[in-house]
This record gives sequence, C-alpha cells and structure tokens, in this order.
Amino acid sequence: MTVMVEIDQLSKTFGSFRAVDGISLAVSKGEVLGFLGPNGAGKTTTMRMIAGFLTPTAGTARVCGRDVVQDPTGVKSVIGYLPEGSPSYDDMTVGGFLKFIAEIRGYDGAERNARVGSAVERLGLAEVLDRPIDILSKGYRRRVGLAQSILHDPPVLILDEPTDGLDPNQKHQVRSLIAEMAAEKAIIVSTHILEEVEAVCTRAVIIGAGRVLADGTAAQLRTRLPQSNAICVVLPQASAVSAAAHFKALANVAAVFESPAENGAARLRITPKGDAPLAAEISEAVRRHGIPASEVYQDRSSLDDVFRLITTGAAPVNFTAGAAA
Amino acid sequence: MRKIWIIAKRELAAYFATPVAFVFIAIFVGLTGAFAFYIGDFFDQNQASLQNFFSHHPWLYVLLVPAVAMRLWAEERKSGTIEQLLTLPVTTTQAVLGKFLAAWLFCGIALALTVPMWITVNVLGDPDNGVIVLSYVGSFVVAGAFLSIGICMSALTRNQIVAFILGAVVCFLFTMSGLDMVLNAFRGWAPDTLVDTIASFSFLTRFDAITRGVLAVRDFVFFFSLMGFWLFAAILAVDTRKGA
Repeated sequence: MTVMVEIDQLSKTFGSFRAVDGISLAVSKGEVLGFLGPNGAGKTTTMRMIAGFLTPTAGTARVCGRDVVQDPTGVKSVIGYLPEGSPSYDDMTVGGFLKFIAEIRGYDGAERNARVGSAVERLGLAEVLDRPIDILSKGYRRRVGLAQSILHDPPVLILDEPTDGLDPNQKHQVRSLIAEMAAEKAIIVSTHILEEVEAVCTRAVIIGAGRVLADGTAAQLRTRLPQSNAICVVLPQASAVSAAAHFKALANVAAVFESPAENGAARLRITPKGDAPLAAEISEAVRRHGIPASEVYQDRSSLDDVFRLITTGAAPVNFTAGAAA
Repeated sequence: MRKIWIIAKRELAAYFATPVAFVFIAIFVGLTGAFAFYIGDFFDQNQASLQNFFSHHPWLYVLLVPAVAMRLWAEERKSGTIEQLLTLPVTTTQAVLGKFLAAWLFCGIALALTVPMWITVNVLGDPDNGVIVLSYVGSFVVAGAFLSIGICMSALTRNQIVAFILGAVVCFLFTMSGLDMVLNAFRGWAPDTLVDTIASFSFLTRFDAITRGVLAVRDFVFFFSLMGFWLFAAILAVDTRKGA
C-alpha cells in the first residue's frame, strides 16, 4: 500500500494552549481514516494543518511526498478539502462558485466545464446550478462543498465533519459517495458520530487533548473494552439465580451480571474470558438445563462505549448497571 | 498572475452582486460633483479646469475607500470562507493582491463615471486636458494607496465596522499630516526633520501638486511604495491571524 499522507509529530500551540500535541499518523491509498474525538480534541486543527491552512508550530505533514511546511501550494493542489460547515461564497451561484474553484485549480475552457459538469452530476446539483448558495438548504450546501473538494479528482481527500447536521438520507448519500471513492484515494474523515466509523471507515483514530489515544479498526477498538462480546440472556426473574449458576460453571465464562429487563424479566449478561466466543456454549447450556430463556443475543459493545472509555476514562454506563449475580 | 486575476474577477463580481455597489458609485459620483460645484465654487472661478473637482477627492476617499475595502478580509474571516480560499492552491500574496486589484478596479469604475465633468469643462471652455489626464491618474493612484491601508485593516479584524473605522482613521492621519493645523502641533518642540517627515507623508500636499500639473516622479514613487508597504503588512496580517 502506498502511503499518501504522513503526519509527523505535528503540533500546534495557540498562545499557551496546546491544541495538537505531537500527532503522528500515516494514511495509505484505499484507506478511509475516521478521525474521532470529543469537541475541542484537536481534530479540526490537525486537518487544517494538513490542508495547509494553519502553519504547524512544530512537526510537519507530507502529502503525496510534498511537505506542507516547505511547499504548501503543492500540497493544496493534491488535496480535496471540505472545511467544517462547508463555508462557501454565499452571494455566488452554485455554478459560478464551482467554476471559480475549477479556474483556481488551473482548468480552463472545455476542461473546466467538464470538471464542473461531472462534479455537479456526481452530487446531484443540476437543479440548483443557477441558484445563489445562500438560499440553499444545509444538505445542498454540504454537497456544494463536496463537489468543490472532488472537482480536481484529488488523490487525498480531507473532509471535516462531512455529515454533520444532515438528515439520515443525506448522511447515507455522503457515505456512499465516500465509499465509492475509497478505493482510489486516501480519505480522512473527521466525525463524532460513531456509527459513521462503522459505516465507512477502514480504520479509526481517537484523539483527545491533541494526542492519539487509540488507532485501529472498529473491531480492534471494541476489544479495548473489558467486557466486549458479551452474551445476553433474557429470562423470567424466578429462574435467574439458578441459570446464572449454570452459566458460571461454563469453562469460558468470566462473570455473569444480572440486571432487570422489560416486563419484570431479568437479563443476564455473560462475559467471556479473553476473546473466546461464547454463543454456542451458552445456547447449548440453555438447551441442556431447560432454561426458559425468551431471548439470547450477542451484545456487541458499541463504539460509543469505547469512545467514552478512551476519551474520558469513564466506564460505560450500561456495564455498571446490575450487580454480579 | 493568472490566479491573482481569477481571484480579482470573483471579488469584482462580488461587489456587484448586491445593490450596495451601485449606491456607492452613485454617492461617489454625486459627491465629487457636489463638492466641485458647491464647495469648490466651480462656476464662480470662471476657469475651465477641474482642479476644484479633484482637490476634494482625498477627503472623499478617506470615508469611501475604507468602505470599499472593509469587507475584503473581515467578511472572509467572519463567514469562514477564508479557510476555503486559502486551502485552494493559491498563496496568501496572490489572494491579497487579487482582492486589492478588484477593489482598485471598482474605484476605477467609480472614477471613470465622473467623466461627464471632464466633458462639461471641455464644452464650457478650453481646459488643459493633459493636466486632467494626469489628475485622473493621480486620483486613481491615491485611491489605491488608501485601499492598501483599508485592506490591511480589514485583515486585522473579523468585524467590518471595526475595519472601516480603523481604515478611516489611518487614512485620515495620512491625509491630514501636511496641514499646518497638524504640523504646528509639532513645530514647537519637535526637530525640523521630524516635522518635515510628517509633512512628507501627506496625501493632500502630494496630490495637490499632481492636480496642478506637476508631474513629480517622487510623488508617484511615494504612493506606490506606500501601497507596497501596506499590502505587505496586509499579507502578514492575513498569515498570522487567519486561524484566530
């Protein structure tokens, strides 16, 4: 895999505040990197430095072999960048704005019109082409921003919260667009919507207070939770205690937690030792002991929990509910 | 150069995207005329000359030019489009020069629309058209010098009103600095070289010389080096404050 973006000890200080504190990362062609972090973690500042908008206080980023500190204009010409909130010149029409971007990117005449045409088609902007940007809906404005960023078919795309504030259909459209382009490009997407990481990203980086806290695929991040891949069994309250004893006797079971479920039932949460798969063992036990379970399911710990655990150190809420039975 | 022109084209179109541009031009053309006729006693002078018309230009520019320049960077920062603009493959220098060029052309358009005054004096008498051409050029260059101050002030803030006031104040100082009223305040105590230096910064004195038909290269050199200085300051201001 070719490394397209290489971030090297990137730091940015505003006064005495260290917004970004020595971030190092590499993103290869074909990767969609989800950039996660709470608000104020330094996501936008990092992206702005890679895109050549802010000058790093220390460190650098290399995009397609070009150094953003030495050659900012060179870097800007190989990046497609969607700033947070996709600001664009409100008094221009969509067509006028995209033509302006195309001209600045060095396209002229027929080539310019072809570039604008294909971006307009790709993002479904044809019907608003002659409207001024300030009367457009949020969804259209975002699409204008995206059209602007892919106009020159850049090898690297940096999108700052591309789906923020969009409705579910529009989010889906944006995600499919990202997925469509993923194979050919290196893409960095910042977000704090974790479902997005599952949906489009091949890899996620969680940053907090300007540092990289975690780096891996969604599945790898999940295993950072102490109780991932638990099995839940819902059963009548009366048989909860005896069932819990049966489950605890199983070889791969680490612990069983009980918590109340709907309609006076009880929910047993059975966590495995290490990464051992429990599903088969549990369902076998349910059958063998005639446990009157109404539901048996695997409870994937959500990325939200991972996120909370990593960025705040707090244990996820749903794990503290219910005492060990 | 091409990129400067592309940015300038966009900025110039942005001026005319709202009726404000037309109102501005109407005010400029109206006021230059009114000043020449009422304050400058155009008819009583009984001379086919536009000197009274041009002599009020710096005063008008003090208020009108900062109004043209105020939005150039302040608005970009307020709306966040500065991030869009400066992540395109352009340098800050190209962006500043493009915007400056657009604003200067806009002032040029306003100035060009005062040509009926020129026609009028030619109908009424026999003016020295060479002096008038030189005065037009001089007036355009003075507008450019004021603009370079205005664009620098616009880069310092995200508030257009603040940019306007800062610009007007600095332009006012440069205009006033040749008047006895100001110089007398220094003459009592300051060394002559300082007084002369302050006087030499006066737009008014230099522009007056130009409108009298004195083509002094050093006056133009003064205005162009002033433009260079303020544009350089504007580039620094954009670069250091863009993320704030």
